[in-house]
Amino acid sequence: MTDLTHLSAAELDAALSRGEVSSVEVTSAALERIAAVDPAVHAFLHVDAQGACAQAAAADERRAAGESTPLLGVPVAVKDVLTTRGLPTTCGSRILEGWMPPYDATVVARLRAAGMPILGKTNMDEFAMGSSTEHSAYGPTHNPWDLERIPGGSGGGSAAAVAAFEAPLAIGTDTGGSIRQPGAVTGTVGVKPTYGGVSRYGLVALASSLDQAGPVARTVLDAALLHDIIAGHDVRDSTSIDTAWPSMADAARRGSVDGLRIGVVRELTGAGYQPGVQARFEDAVDLLVKAGADIVEVSCPHFDYAFAAYYLILPSEASSNLAKFDAMRYGLRVLPEAVDPTAENVMAATREAGFGDEVKRRIILGTFALSSGYYDAYYGQAQKVRTLICRDFAAAFEQADVLVSPTAPTTAFRIGDKLDDPLAMYLNDVATIPANLAGVPGMSVPSGLADEDGLPTGVQVLAPAMHDDRMYAVAAALESLLLEAAGAPLLDRLPDLQGAR
Amino acid sequence: MDEPGASLPADSSTSGASLTRDDVARLAHLARIDLTDAELDHLAPQLAVILDAVTAVSAVTADDMPVTSHPLPLRNVTRPDVVMPSLAPDEALAGAPATEQQRFSVPRILEEEA
Repeated sequence: MTDLTHLSAAELDAALSRGEVSSVEVTSAALERIAAVDPAVHAFLHVDAQGACAQAAAADERRAAGESTPLLGVPVAVKDVLTTRGLPTTCGSRILEGWMPPYDATVVARLRAAGMPILGKTNMDEFAMGSSTEHSAYGPTHNPWDLERIPGGSGGGSAAAVAAFEAPLAIGTDTGGSIRQPGAVTGTVGVKPTYGGVSRYGLVALASSLDQAGPVARTVLDAALLHDIIAGHDVRDSTSIDTAWPSMADAARRGSVDGLRIGVVRELTGAGYQPGVQARFEDAVDLLVKAGADIVEVSCPHFDYAFAAYYLILPSEASSNLAKFDAMRYGLRVLPEAVDPTAENVMAATREAGFGDEVKRRIILGTFALSSGYYDAYYGQAQKVRTLICRDFAAAFEQADVLVSPTAPTTAFRIGDKLDDPLAMYLNDVATIPANLAGVPGMSVPSGLADEDGLPTGVQVLAPAMHDDRMYAVAAALESLLLEAAGAPLLDRLPDLQGAR
Repeated sequence: MDEPGASLPADSSTSGASLTRDDVARLAHLARIDLTDAELDHLAPQLAVILDAVTAVSAVTADDMPVTSHPLPLRNVTRPDVVMPSLAPDEALAGAPATEQQRFSVPRILEEEA
């Protein structure tokens, strides 16, 4: 029998509906794979074997009773920034070590309602601050393509779990590229939906105006199937969009670029992009042309300032959001030794002990950007630049139906290489940040391996807000063109991880 | 409580601000993070480099530009004022560092001598 862990979610769904396999078998296979390879990959912070098996048995009962809803019984991994009732939720931070949320995030509640067994919680940069998963307080995740390299971040755990065949699907969150950049560097598909498309209730906030949860998968169709389950209006998130979304899975199955105008963003190519990344991007554009797409070059001049605006807006919102970690109601409490243990001193000692370097850097930067006397010059100016970036997108989408670019400027770098150079780390997100600032959907599709290092590269597809379905149609078409050109899925070339330690 | 920014350098109009070790110590205090001396030595120069990079926003002429705080138009959201299920007290308190009589038990607010 074929290795269940290597089937796509869509294939698993089909096999489950035909009764050829049970959810218990599929889930057990995933758990066995996790036991075999996760000591080397470290994609998971917590594995819930017992809970996942019980949920799988319940899914099998639902199938036996005649239910056949999409992905019923297909297991999924969840980034540790979404609350899970009865399962630890740490956000990769010591300050939340051992915390058991008393409620489920809406995304998690929807996974449960869909009958998708939850395998466990995946590793991440602390509070989603980072591009490498090295800022996790519980140790880094390793890229399954080369265990000495980073899997991207902040959602490196979700991307690595899916790339290493530990889970067919995972949930990530994307504030400036934390789903898409890990997708690019691990050879997986990662989607940031339109802001407001997926509820943020129970998503521990990093930057509330930028955060969005989305699917992590090995194929575009799999991502679309998961997207359809988690998306939709939620009364518990006042920024969630109240609309009837079209089926993303239908859009992915339709998959076409014929006659579409595809814009190549001038500011997101060229200088600063690794030659192999650029070469795979150009190959992808050539394939799109052959498939009947009309390629236009578009310019978004203010994208050059997106990075600077983002690293003012994000720390500002983060410094405010993370003020809730005050040692009073939940999480860590540290009593200071040398000073009077007042509430304020307890809070300062707790945050000193519970937060890592990157969190401290961003809270301090945000505190600065919001401080009186500096607010207008920094935070206020960044918000004006944000307006200009939204206008650049609006102008570009007049000329093109979707936009494309490389997802990340480089392939996966070595663990430790950029840990003490925060600015170099931040620059990994240059191509993904604009979408978050404007709220438009974006996704990364694996585009091959860079010639110089043999590591995965990704192409980013961006669509106007609310047009996630168009993005899926283009991404699915691109995926099949690339598959036809390469002859086999990229992940077929993943090195053997069994026995790697 | 101190006023935010109370003793930061009074430079408000120009973009040439730079962060010194003392500024970082002051900001950490405002953010209620009890940084060690070693951390100040380590983080202050990094923050100065980051601030220098993000100061690029000032190069954009945008005086009359409206600000964007949020990617989508926001409107107030209300719901009927009806009782909905909520957490039971023991669930709400389950993660607390300390509890007493169904309440969060917290350190005292005032200084010893106050």
